[in-house]
Amino acid sequence: MAKTQVEEINRNIYDIRNKDNYDYKIKKGLTKEIIEEISKQKNDPDWMRDFRLKALEVYNSLELPTWGPDLSELDMNEIATYVRPKGKMASSWDDVPEDIKGTFDKLGIPEAEKESLAGVGAQYDSEVVYHSMKEDLIKQGVIYTDMETAVREYPEMVKEHFMKCVPVNDHKFVALHGAVWSGGSFVYVPKGVKVDIPLQSYFRLNSPESGQFEHTLIIVDEGASLHFIEGCSAPKYNKVNLHAGCVELFVKDGAYLRYSTIENWSKNMLNLNTKKALVGKNAQVDWVSGSFGSKISMLYPMSILNGENAKTEFTGISFAGKGQNLDNGFKVVHNAPNTSSVVNAKSISKNGGKCTYRSLVRITKNAPKSKSSVSCESLMLDDISVSDTIPTNDIETDEVEFSHEAKIGKISDKTIFYLMSRGMSEEDAKAMIVRGFAYPISKELPVEYAVEMNNLINLELEGAIG
Amino acid sequence: MSNSLLEIKDLYVNAEEKEILKGINLKINKGEIHVIMGPNGSGKTTTANAIFSNPVYTKLKGKILFENEDITESRTDEIARKGIFMSFQLPEEIPGVSVTNFLKYAKNKVTGQPVKIFEFKKELQKYMEELSMNPNNMERSLNVGFSGGEKKKNEILQMLVLNPKLAILDETDSGLDVDAIRTVSKGIEMFKNENNAVLIITHNTKILRSLKVDYVHILVDGKIVKTGSGELAKEIEENGYAKYKN
Repeated sequence: MAKTQVEEINRNIYDIRNKDNYDYKIKKGLTKEIIEEISKQKNDPDWMRDFRLKALEVYNSLELPTWGPDLSELDMNEIATYVRPKGKMASSWDDVPEDIKGTFDKLGIPEAEKESLAGVGAQYDSEVVYHSMKEDLIKQGVIYTDMETAVREYPEMVKEHFMKCVPVNDHKFVALHGAVWSGGSFVYVPKGVKVDIPLQSYFRLNSPESGQFEHTLIIVDEGASLHFIEGCSAPKYNKVNLHAGCVELFVKDGAYLRYSTIENWSKNMLNLNTKKALVGKNAQVDWVSGSFGSKISMLYPMSILNGENAKTEFTGISFAGKGQNLDNGFKVVHNAPNTSSVVNAKSISKNGGKCTYRSLVRITKNAPKSKSSVSCESLMLDDISVSDTIPTNDIETDEVEFSHEAKIGKISDKTIFYLMSRGMSEEDAKAMIVRGFAYPISKELPVEYAVEMNNLINLELEGAIG
Repeated sequence: MSNSLLEIKDLYVNAEEKEILKGINLKINKGEIHVIMGPNGSGKTTTANAIFSNPVYTKLKGKILFENEDITESRTDEIARKGIFMSFQLPEEIPGVSVTNFLKYAKNKVTGQPVKIFEFKKELQKYMEELSMNPNNMERSLNVGFSGGEKKKNEILQMLVLNPKLAILDETDSGLDVDAIRTVSKGIEMFKNENNAVLIITHNTKILRSLKVDYVHILVDGKIVKTGSGELAKEIEENGYAKYKN
């Protein structure tokens, strides 16, 4: 009994369901009039309004993907694509409305900001409610703000980069994003500036039957470096919520960017997120990704290595429980000589959950002497869970080193017996094995996220028993 | 006050459909070192696993008492928490879990007490030195990439840290060189006191030379056919099991 209580207490942190106390919520559906109304509500400049309307046309012209999880339950007529929370964006937590601040408090955001972050953005439903960055970074010319402010105050930089890395016709949900995007973060790190302490944006979706479509645009200029952390969560509702964010990363020559994410959506969420990085000469982008929760997830971060000696590493884990279909992976295009990619992907499935690792490695003719090494490992906790690996490898030049290794495993009874002989219950034993399996990923995460991830693993495993 | 730790009464055990133990009786008191010897396939490992309720084995008949409490139907983790430890012939590898974290967690589970990290690490370090273990192994994943000898020493380390009332060592000496066997013996001597007991399962007598063995039991075809003092081990060393086989 005690166990069930613990679970409920923990779960409550993510499941705080505030009253749907918005300032403005657009009516459900997706029409030209709705897009025009969102644009009006957001005070878009003309170019952005036109952009949205074109994106809507593209959306209407594209079909749902013919592969991967079945998305037929998604009915855009049942989704409100814009929900403006009460209050204006604040730079002090004291100015954030009480119920919203309470949620972020419980998620530990203001505390993390004090202890280990150089800047924080917090989005609630469709708009950013808090943004702040340390003074010394402002002095060095670093820009970290919400996307709307960036559109207003840095129009040239935004126009040059906005949806240039992820083109609006990439797929249907990118087009949707282009039409209804709202919120998100804009970061610019000037040439040579090293941001030693991470910046973090947290996206919280509270409103039922709604969508979150934040846009994250990060430009790390030549020789600069940044660690950016993104966290996402939502309470559970009975009807479908949609997340179709877009992340565009421009990592210029000699720059370094580490992009860490923990997505912890509730199990009514369709997570159709698109993330892509353009990587210049001698530059590097590292992705660290934890995907928990969500009913369906289709998430394939992508690095395009356009400059000589560009590097990328992807370290990711997915955890699918009952009723979840997590179709995640990583894509890389080697498009210049001597580029390298290292992929270390893991997945855990239990209670009938399904994890698919879907990947692409393309090494073009322009990329001799490139190296790519892919390792994916899955762990199934029972006989009814599913794990699959669907790699696509497209190697167009001979002068490359390429390796792909896939392992699918189960927890052996012998291992459980061994751990139980050391006083652990069967649940403790499984949790220890799973935490150990996930450790190569969790050690790459910022420490509070690593702790969160271990808590999530314990929570998921307790759920299996309770 | 009773001195009795373990008592096995007329135990019959099957592994899958096969009859392995056919009526074992054994009594171990505090302060004693017992040895079970016997040829391959006689049921030595089954005895250890049956005490620990390994689900692979089925107990058909008989009782196992620990401190006069019936543990025949107890779960493996409950048995461990009562104070029985078993060293495995083939210890499992746990990737991503360091020796330190594993032992800290196990100690917490076995004792039900919070583990004070500083004292714990000091204790661990002391034991590792005594067992000539590489201190770097503390932060390595449990048993992953360990040599056979390192794995066995790690089992002895676990015994010392968890400090059970009864330690069952299943073929801990097999496959070890002379030095490693000496280290294992040293670990047993360090562990042993008048309030605990050790049950050594082996088909090798080297490990017994430096230990003060109280009883030797000869197990053949699922039955204890002879029980004697430490001298019996010497006799086996010289003559083998031939005279005890039918």
